[in-house]
Amino acid sequence: MIDILLIALAMTLLYMSIANRLYTYLRILVLQGFILFGATYFTLTNVSTINLLLIMLETIVFKAIAVPWFINYVIKRNRITRVAEPYLSNFASLIIVTSIIIVTIILSSSIKDENLDKTFFVVALSTLFTGLYLIVTRKKIITHVIGYIVIENGVFVLSLAVGNEMPMLVNLGIMLDIFASVLILGVFFNKIGDVLNDPDVNLLRNLKD
Amino acid sequence: MIGIFLAATFFISGCLVFNRNKVVNYLLVALYVAMLLGFGVYEYQHLNTIQMGFFKADSLGVLLLLALCVISVPVLYHSYRYMEFHNPDETPRSRGLFFGAVLLLMSACGAAYLSNHIAVTWIFIEITTLSASVLIYHHRNIRALEGAWKYVFICAISITFVYVGILFLSLSLKQAGIDDMSFDSLIRNYDNLNPFWLKLAFLFIFTGFTAKLGLVPMYTAGIDAKDKAPAPVGALMASILMNVGFIGIYRIYSIVAHTPLHGWANNIIVVAAILSVFVAAVYMTRIKNIKRMFAYSGIEHMGLVMLGLAAGGIGVYAAILHILLHTLVKPSLFLQYNQIYRIYQSKSIYDVGNYFKYNRAGAILILFGFISATAMPPSGMFVSEFLIFQSLFESHHILLLVVLLVLLTLIIWGFGVNVFKLLFTPPVGFDDTNVPRISPWESFSQYALLAVSVYIAYNPPAKLVSMIQEAVKLIQ
Repeated sequence: MIDILLIALAMTLLYMSIANRLYTYLRILVLQGFILFGATYFTLTNVSTINLLLIMLETIVFKAIAVPWFINYVIKRNRITRVAEPYLSNFASLIIVTSIIIVTIILSSSIKDENLDKTFFVVALSTLFTGLYLIVTRKKIITHVIGYIVIENGVFVLSLAVGNEMPMLVNLGIMLDIFASVLILGVFFNKIGDVLNDPDVNLLRNLKD
Repeated sequence: MIGIFLAATFFISGCLVFNRNKVVNYLLVALYVAMLLGFGVYEYQHLNTIQMGFFKADSLGVLLLLALCVISVPVLYHSYRYMEFHNPDETPRSRGLFFGAVLLLMSACGAAYLSNHIAVTWIFIEITTLSASVLIYHHRNIRALEGAWKYVFICAISITFVYVGILFLSLSLKQAGIDDMSFDSLIRNYDNLNPFWLKLAFLFIFTGFTAKLGLVPMYTAGIDAKDKAPAPVGALMASILMNVGFIGIYRIYSIVAHTPLHGWANNIIVVAAILSVFVAAVYMTRIKNIKRMFAYSGIEHMGLVMLGLAAGGIGVYAAILHILLHTLVKPSLFLQYNQIYRIYQSKSIYDVGNYFKYNRAGAILILFGFISATAMPPSGMFVSEFLIFQSLFESHHILLLVVLLVLLTLIIWGFGVNVFKLLFTPPVGFDDTNVPRISPWESFSQYALLAVSVYIAYNPPAKLVSMIQEAVKLIQ
């Protein structure tokens, strides 16, 4: 079951690479939140019930509901155009994300460590690098934020892999989530909306030497 | 004690944010300074004790904490001058938020120095990012927003990298069957760690901490931030916040240095360090913004520190001495910057000149600061930089040393061109009828910082030397 969920997460990455509209990205984020919710339930079997409830509550509230809802609110409030505006064509994106996944599979097959479930490693790293790729190749600030959240989802999968032995690390990951949500979304996007009407990354490109 | 200190910091910062009365505001700040100095003395007297399970006052942490104490007084004094006299549009609300965030930043840095657990260090680094971003966005305008946004975004990514590194570190522990992730326990069990995961962990943690330290690849955020933040905050970010990155890298390096991965880690550090010096050289030779010039000079010095660390031998000692001296020298330049801005109302090198005519004490200080920051012989940093060169020579990095010296010459040239333009060349189209008179006493604290840096470099107290040597023992 856990493998199915993780592979589904990897598939959402492929879909994300060819999505054109911002709302499609949001729906994928919501889907990823639910997948992580399920993955948490099936993976963390040795964790105390209260801690497990806390972690699952966090995944469902932050990853699946609050953050996508807030991004949606920001998009509506600031009247951001709905196109993702990638620098590369969809076909090239699809090829690149596929090759990211293939490279991480090759990398993981070189590891000889029976302590780690390889699926976690592959999915986590490919999610992380896909997030970085999204940040680099999309034009809008809001898509950078979405890319960052994808990175966090990847990191969360990795933390699940060690979660049974060290639940503290999963809790740290939750802190990271909350920290980023507060910082990036709560504080700044409201302000960006006030100062700029169109949060286009081009307007924030004047600080240089 | 550290628990009381942190709780009191949160309390004072909270009061500052909600307080609207000016007198209460400065009384709270004075109370904090007294508390910080007391805390520094307390930790100095309790060297090598474990506190609250997660903190340990080891000699490196205490050295950096004492440097923080020394810097805090002039920085807060100049923040006060900045708020009250040079920035007429401050409101009680923005003043409270500013001081609350400054105090939180200082305490978070202090706690990160003393932390003995990588996860705790990580939490305090999050807090430094949070408070620093409030400070960068102090002048609610679009440029400040851009600086703050870039800083937050890059720091968020780098913090995620450090977190991934911590996860890999925990995987390397799994094999050894340890679940205590404190630095002490990691150093004790270094030969049980899985080298593959340790390698990945080092890569990610190093990359993550470069955002705070100011090295390639993540240095960019710090430059914009120091440019847009008020100058006293720039002074903090160019000194104590960089030290946070340094201590993070030093602690993870002290684990790797005991394993067979030592040589590999040195190569990574050398590549990042020499690229940083290269980047600094490229920008310093063509830069026209005074504040960014100071910021790039910091990148150069951090590159030197890391080269000393990687060269080993006397280099590790020199690296720690260098970072301490840099903590004293760089804030004095940043604190001096506001006086330049008040005279010329510009930070571009094209608009300034003949500074000796308008502010003699400040101009002499800029000259001394230039000599110190480029590590020319009478200055303190010359000693540590010379020791770093010596360690590179002794470890047979001759080619690297040659490249480094060429780059440093370029940096001195670029720095010198701008500083001498500021000091001696008459400005073009500058109307000097309404130039404000600046009291020489405003430069006093900067002179004092430079003097201390010269003193401890040429005549180091025996206790300082023994503390640095104790910190070096973590690696060798």
